[in-house]
Amino acid sequence: MYLKLSYEIRDKYLRKDMLPTIFCPGCGIGSVLQYTLRAIDELGWSKDEVVWVSGIGCSSRVPGFVDFDGLHTTHGRALAFATGIKMARPDLKVIAFMGDGDTAAIGGNHFIHAIRRNLDVTVILINNFTYGMTGGQVAPTTLKGLRGTTAPYGSFENPFDIAELAVAAGANYVARWTVFNYLQGINSIKKALQKKGFSLVEFLSPCPISFGRRNRMKTAPELIKWYNKITVPISKAKKMSPEELEGKIIIGEFVDRDRPSLDEEYEEYKKRAKKMMGWE
Amino acid sequence: MIIRGDEPEQIDLLKKLYPKGNYFMQGDEAIAYGAIFAGCRFYAGYPITPASEIAETMARELPKVRGYYIQMEDEIGSIAAIIGASWTGLKSMTATSGPGFSLMQENLGYAIMTETPIVVVDVQRSGPSTGQATKGAQGDFFQARWGTHGDHPIVAISPISVEDSFWETIRAFNISEKLRIPVVLLADGVIGHTREQIRIPDPEEVEIVYRKLPKNEEEAKYPFGDVDGSLIPPMPLFGHGYFTHVTGSTHKETGLRDVYTPEVHIKLVNRLHKKIEKHEKDIEKWEEYFTDDMEILVISWGVSARPSLGAVLKAREEGIKVGLFIPKTVHPFPGKKVKEFAKRVRAILVPEMNLGQLILEVQRYVNDDIILKGVNKIGGVPLTVEEILREIRGV
Ligand SMILES: Cc1ncc(C[n+]2csc(CCOP(=O)(O)OP(=O)(O)O)c2C)c(N)n1
Ligand code: SF4
Ligand SMILES: [Mg+2]
Repeated sequence: MYLKLSYEIRDKYLRKDMLPTIFCPGCGIGSVLQYTLRAIDELGWSKDEVVWVSGIGCSSRVPGFVDFDGLHTTHGRALAFATGIKMARPDLKVIAFMGDGDTAAIGGNHFIHAIRRNLDVTVILINNFTYGMTGGQVAPTTLKGLRGTTAPYGSFENPFDIAELAVAAGANYVARWTVFNYLQGINSIKKALQKKGFSLVEFLSPCPISFGRRNRMKTAPELIKWYNKITVPISKAKKMSPEELEGKIIIGEFVDRDRPSLDEEYEEYKKRAKKMMGWE
Repeated sequence: MIIRGDEPEQIDLLKKLYPKGNYFMQGDEAIAYGAIFAGCRFYAGYPITPASEIAETMARELPKVRGYYIQMEDEIGSIAAIIGASWTGLKSMTATSGPGFSLMQENLGYAIMTETPIVVVDVQRSGPSTGQATKGAQGDFFQARWGTHGDHPIVAISPISVEDSFWETIRAFNISEKLRIPVVLLADGVIGHTREQIRIPDPEEVEIVYRKLPKNEEEAKYPFGDVDGSLIPPMPLFGHGYFTHVTGSTHKETGLRDVYTPEVHIKLVNRLHKKIEKHEKDIEKWEEYFTDDMEILVISWGVSARPSLGAVLKAREEGIKVGLFIPKTVHPFPGKKVKEFAKRVRAILVPEMNLGQLILEVQRYVNDDIILKGVNKIGGVPLTVEEILREIRGV
């Protein structure tokens, strides 16, 4: 596969007057953004058919950097805003760029309901196990025992597995990778973008500044090593016992199916109403 | 009219579905039909008494007029969804009551900051908290004004009858579209659930306003700039190749975020306020009765306006020189008008279904040398003509 140079992608899709980005050295968000833009580029999508939405957080700043229509909204609510956009203009393709706190804490309810409805959006999720933007507080994804500014002695809560949550809620496509699985990542994003209905591509993404630093992993390479230690490919995981999987994070493609999406269902609903009521 | 570009077809559709004439309906239904006549084609909401009938009517009617209805998971999501739909160009509305209106406040601020036209209906009920959930009240006067955080302008309209609910909803949409600002319709559970006769007009009789779109690429570059001196920027819609960035954070005229330059924030927030002041004439609306020779003035709003009028008419029969002023647009409050009136009367009475809210606005425009007195009632039962008349006689 021919990979375009990064600057080609940058010049084609980013807003020059917003650069440089705010991302810290070693942050994974920029890489995931690049994967997403490459996926769009490889699919040959035109910029005016895509709308980006986000909430609040480091990850959510992405729509401000890309030269597309974009709605940078309130913390956790991106998918609720996206519901309005997508219902009113089903022909537009909607990408939601979200953080783990945004998705699973404050926006958890919108997340599961958007999936339940099978809203036709692609969520690109930056899971850095923390609240990056606000300085590294414990998040609903923080693994037990890991530290955050608000869990100085290590988190005592059970974490959410967001990918599993999405599968259970009924998403059409769900995959999880680390930022370092770039080919798989780009491929998954391409699949997700083309998928009608709800799709999620989650990335374990290094946040050395707010998360790593507090957990003896000050740099991105240390975080990579840690990812290697805790992640298990889904094929291998299938052969492992629950005990062996304790503390591990599964990566790979979780689900790929084709249930009807919300906009398709709504069109059917209108047809049904017409028939029932004998309008026109 | 209606959906821009689809007017003749939509007018025929409305005429067929809702032939002009007299109907018997609730205030809530009148709000829903008003919205449909105003061109609202997207509704998102969450059930709550006494506003659910609006959602139910919209759910039934919108599919007939090529509109979209969705029941969201909560009120935060409801207002978010209508803001999203508005950026695609559809006129959009949500409706709720006190508890839901509280939940909407953050995104109401988002709509103000991003200059998104939407209509938010608050069918006020008796609070605080779940209070008397099924009973009407007028306790959200200041929540509508100051419920969301930060310095912000707002427009809020309060209808006084079922028929008025129809027309004031249309006016709410028109102001919202013209000024690119969310408009709050402060209805209440009493009118919302009252059935009375209303006249549904021909769609041609209804004046409808659409938001201004950019005339060219150049204008579209400044979705938050004053491109034509009106202080109201044209609104580039999503999916038209303008690549518009919309954020609730402080932004430049281009829409791009800049939260560090004080001048950018000052300029933006001042323009948001000034655009309301500049177009005050398009926003303000009131009714007044017997104000020429009055010695006593009754100022009332919403559901309390009607018994106030009844009381004023009776008092006039008794020879008492009393007038009545009913602001329909309650925010911005018509303070100048009240100030003028206050110079000519010896007493002002303010009947409302709360412990004194609008009266606090009145107070700001009235000197100490006249009597200012609230006629207040809570408990879910509206004020009666007799109760207000007694105060007029006694003042
Ligand atoms: C209603 C509300 N509550 C709290 C905040 C403060 N806040 C901003 S970003 C953030 C957390 C972001 O974490 P995450 O979603 O994981 O994104 P990240 O910064 O890690 O990419 C919080 C709590 C806010 N903006 N709005
Ligand atoms: S705080 Fe963390 S997530 Fe945010 S930009 Fe820095 S490294 Fe990235
Ligand atoms: Mg995070």
